[in-house]
Amino acid sequence: MTRRTRPEQLLDPAVAERVLARALAHGGEFAEVFAERRGGLTLAIDESRIESVQAGAEEGAGVRVLSGATTYFAHVDGLDPADLERAADEAAAALRAERSEPRPLRAEAPAPQPVERPPGKVPVERKAELLRELDERARAAGGEIAQATASYGEAHREVAVANSDGLFSGDDRTRVRIGAQAVARRGARVETGAETLGAARGFELFEDDPAAIAEVAARKALTLLDAVPAPTGTMPVVVGGGFGGVLFHEMTGHGLEADHVQKGASVYAGKLGEAVAQPLLTAYDDGRMPGEWGSDAIDDEGAPTQKTLLIDEGRLTGFLHDRRTAAREGVAQTGNGRRESFRHLPIPRMTNTYIAPGDADPEAIIGEVSRGFYAVSFGGGQVDPATGDFVFGVNEGYLIEDGQVTRPCRGATLVGNCLKALTAIDAVGDDFWVKTGICGKGGQKVPVGTGQGHVRIAAMTVGGTEP
Amino acid sequence: MSDLLALAGGAVEQAVASGAGDAEAYASEAENREVRVHGGEVESLTAATQRGLGLRVWIGRRVGYGFGTDLSPSGVAEIATRAVEAARAADEDEFAAPPEAGGEPPQLGGLSDSSRREWPTDRVAELALGVERAALAADPRVAAVEQAVYFDSGERVAIAASSGARAEYETSSSYAYLQALAEGEDGRETGLGFGLARGPAGLDPEAIGREGAERATEMIGSAKPPSRRCPVVLAPTVAAGFVGLLGNAAGANAVQRGRSPLAAMLGEQVASGAFVLHDDGLDPQGFASAPVDAEGTPRRRTALVEGGRLQTFLYDSYTARRGEAAPTGNAGRSGYRSPPGVSASNLVVAPGPSTRAELLREAGDGVYVSDVAGLHSGVNPVTGVFSVGASGREIAGGELGRPLREFTIAGDLVAMLRAVRAAGSEPRWVPFGGSVSTPPLLIGEMTVSGS
Repeated sequence: MTRRTRPEQLLDPAVAERVLARALAHGGEFAEVFAERRGGLTLAIDESRIESVQAGAEEGAGVRVLSGATTYFAHVDGLDPADLERAADEAAAALRAERSEPRPLRAEAPAPQPVERPPGKVPVERKAELLRELDERARAAGGEIAQATASYGEAHREVAVANSDGLFSGDDRTRVRIGAQAVARRGARVETGAETLGAARGFELFEDDPAAIAEVAARKALTLLDAVPAPTGTMPVVVGGGFGGVLFHEMTGHGLEADHVQKGASVYAGKLGEAVAQPLLTAYDDGRMPGEWGSDAIDDEGAPTQKTLLIDEGRLTGFLHDRRTAAREGVAQTGNGRRESFRHLPIPRMTNTYIAPGDADPEAIIGEVSRGFYAVSFGGGQVDPATGDFVFGVNEGYLIEDGQVTRPCRGATLVGNCLKALTAIDAVGDDFWVKTGICGKGGQKVPVGTGQGHVRIAAMTVGGTEP
Repeated sequence: MSDLLALAGGAVEQAVASGAGDAEAYASEAENREVRVHGGEVESLTAATQRGLGLRVWIGRRVGYGFGTDLSPSGVAEIATRAVEAARAADEDEFAAPPEAGGEPPQLGGLSDSSRREWPTDRVAELALGVERAALAADPRVAAVEQAVYFDSGERVAIAASSGARAEYETSSSYAYLQALAEGEDGRETGLGFGLARGPAGLDPEAIGREGAERATEMIGSAKPPSRRCPVVLAPTVAAGFVGLLGNAAGANAVQRGRSPLAAMLGEQVASGAFVLHDDGLDPQGFASAPVDAEGTPRRRTALVEGGRLQTFLYDSYTARRGEAAPTGNAGRSGYRSPPGVSASNLVVAPGPSTRAELLREAGDGVYVSDVAGLHSGVNPVTGVFSVGASGREIAGGELGRPLREFTIAGDLVAMLRAVRAAGSEPRWVPFGGSVSTPPLLIGEMTVSGS
């Protein structure tokens, strides 16, 4: 039987209707109350010792009123009816018009992401045990592993959204994630490696050898001990699958968020229907991928999440909308109105964003390169959405020489412009997987999935430590 | 206004009653507001109140942490239970113990500005609109302002511990920034302008708008520089990021766990004599200033780098005990949701004798770096080796020349600081990389990778 959310358990519909009426007491076309209860646990292992065990619970609500081009927003800690009414009064305080009336609420009960083993029901000792397994596995990877650390995190969020259009919906979100970091040392050489595993699922995620990620982290650090300084110059770059998708997320995904587009602060503004990539490239944002890190039943405005075609065989087909940007353009919402918590306003955000699998053999993608760079994973990156200029730190990268992956490189960055780089993608692999990321925008962090198979960019600037 | 100190004291008692040997409570209450404007209109107005409690408890040599927003008696009891359960799940750590009493905290004035309360929302909205107007008026090539933002916050903090320690203080802060967009021959350029103060009365909307406009328009027509080693001048906003990394590296926790490039460098040459750095938790202009740190130890001013040598590491009570050193009042925390840990307070680079123009003349031919991207992804925190994307201006014949973009600067942190040839005479508070005040820095030679 499918589990259903019960938004009325978090937010009494009668209270919600009263709060919405108060929010519209001085006018406004739209009002919304977003209530949330969240709990979480994190712990870490460092120096083979379980430490930093932290458990917390927070609850609160945000009330917003839209009037013309202006959003009035107030948030409070606490879910007592008095807290909610205070938030409504503060949101309405600057408005000076006639009262408007909210519509009666109609409750919806979307099915949340399925969770087999709620992490809150798993004893904390089991989580500590998991971290010990990661610690041992990393240390066993080689004598040159000088340090290993690992972390565990679980979060449970119940959310309810009610608005003056009569929407009343909710979601029940569980996420778990582990991370492993290793430091390898050889004389004065010190290198680090990291790997994560996370999902919008329960503790069942860890049934199948979770400690393997510690070994991967350790291998990355050990490999880098033999690294040569990264080359500098313009060359073909093959980007690895999975987390390699962070490159697409940063260089293209953010430019497709409709708030940037509507302000003219995106290089993709006005390019809908145009070719922005070669026909071999198709890309999606999909908030419904079962169990993936960026998946939810609804977005944080109550719109169901969906699979949105962004680029169809090289042609730009869609932007990512929240309620406001969709209304401004007269298009449908895409379920991308997300917020970090009740303390934040929803804005257009990615969910799981990926380049769809192509038809190239990943080995051939590398084999065709005579001299180039293979970027397996990134430490992160930054892009200026208005100019499209970006930079990425590569934390695992290799030289490609005569079609072979040869020496590991350290200190490499990829520097470029997203319009040029996207059109320069000339091969997309048929391998595909999704990795977890934490995306920051406008001071808000949300979980996102990034994915792809191996992808080749025909020419890109690699900035190394050697001139 | 609730009595925060009584709340914190009650939480400590509750924790001990729930099984903790020792406990420390941190309670905070804040009021924030934010105004975002775009195209001459207010885009959003936010008003918020926040309150929460964090409890750190010790059971023997085990430590745990619990937090929550429900501050009713039953809510506090739940927080205490969570903290005690967390401590029971932790392993023993021989250095884990509550902080020792740290003496009388200093009297600190100037941490709060009454204009934050006095200015109504429509007046601060007008300030944000003024920032946008100033950018548009500064230069006809400024096509738009992506967003101009005003934010302010007033916060009260209370700390109580089972050792009997008690502290309470109030701070306020406000800032405004904008991202200006300039229309160039081949696309748009963006420029950030910002200002920081204790309240809105301390902000200059004209100057903030003008800075965004200048930074955007000066990038028009930018090109990639050739790769070379050359003198580099770091703008204060860029230098601050590197100084922040140095502050992290000087944290005793990273040092003791072998994860800092400074781990074996106490008393060693880590910079040239031109680079003098203090951790100053008392400077009224620094946003990290307070009478006490996050675990109640008095804040102080500590020389970090003087005469080119690393003078000390930064300690909280745990790392001081472990390192057999005196605490330096460097327990920091990002709020009640996380326990205290070692962090720099305000990092203050001493100004030198040269104006920016003189630094550029001394550089002769090189690169002026006005912006870096990816300072967190492009740096190895254990070794200090970095390679980051950058933009800025050419320095030719001792003056600023054509704009440059899409290049990287690379090196290692200590090598870069040893190559500092001069610090400028005009320092600035920068909120990137923590709270940092620094002038521009002239680096003798760095690797610049472009085409």
